[in-house]
Amino acid sequence: MPEKSASNLVAEPQSPPKIRSPKRPAGTLYRGNEGMWSWVLHRITGVSIYFFLLVHILDTALVRVSPDAYNIVIDSYKTPLMGLAEIGLVAAIGFHAINGLRIILIDFWAFGAKHQRTLFWVVIGIWLVLLAGFIPRQLMHVFGG
Amino acid sequence: MSLIEAPRTPTRGRRTGGINWEKWGWIYMRASGVVLVVLIFGHLLVNMFLGEGVKAIDFAFVGGKLSDPFWQVWDGLMLWLALIHGANGMRTIVNDYATNPKVRTVLLAGIAVSTIILIALGTLVITTFDPCPAGADPALLASFCEAL
Ligand code: HEM
Repeated sequence: MPEKSASNLVAEPQSPPKIRSPKRPAGTLYRGNEGMWSWVLHRITGVSIYFFLLVHILDTALVRVSPDAYNIVIDSYKTPLMGLAEIGLVAAIGFHAINGLRIILIDFWAFGAKHQRTLFWVVIGIWLVLLAGFIPRQLMHVFGG
Repeated sequence: MSLIEAPRTPTRGRRTGGINWEKWGWIYMRASGVVLVVLIFGHLLVNMFLGEGVKAIDFAFVGGKLSDPFWQVWDGLMLWLALIHGANGMRTIVNDYATNPKVRTVLLAGIAVSTIILIALGTLVITTFDPCPAGADPALLASFCEAL
């Protein structure tokens, strides 16, 4: 084994090397931690609401076909499962919208860029308040008598 | 003579003059975003939160809203701003991940074509919509149709 013979010639270091690469990236605006995850979430929510919007324009266009055509499709949305899916939709749009405002603050305001990490948690806070207001109301509409 | 190309050498060469479309796209994402916050949260508030929420949505509900110029403008703005914002965002994502030029061209063309068709369709619906179509069951229509 070449390695073994090599190590016989070179003194084996007793202590681990002084400089170690960090266990995880220290984090910049776009790599690691809040900066990166906010971007990942922004991208996933953006794509999701885009595809929803395509369907939503088509289903709403049925009002131009006939009252029956529109009502049949909209009634098929009035199920408990769709009621829950709508919570997911509002959660996605809510995050994308509030984090979009965070992106704008970072782009145009030095304070925003400096405190982007704190602003991410502010976004999560506002988002939770939004959902705390919406979810009970939606459950009432979907499951209430 | 340099043997190694400079990193990030643009494949298309440097832009010389003309309109900086990427810059205006960047600005559009932010400007439309701010307006969309108001339009979309207002839309969700009226359609999903107030009154009976999603349960109340049917032809008569939409008929009532789309016969009001205020909501026609609201929904029209939302249609144009959101669809172009979303399509431009999808363009960015396709450019990021679709490395095969043919696949990329097909995807970008798909986004462009679907955007044009849906904007035309949505605008047509908003501007030519009749909340009280002749011959429809009056029970399905907004209450103001009875007066006609
Ligand atoms: C509610 C208000 C909204 C705000 C404040 C907002 C804000 C933003 C901002 C600031 C960006 C970043 C652009 C960039 O990095 O250059 C963005 C990207 C994007 N948005 Fe929105 N947006 C909103 C609504 C929407 C809607 C309704 C859709 C779907 C139709 C959408 C789809 C996207 C997509 C697909 C991207 C690209 C994401 C990426 O490149 O990672 N957004 N948005």
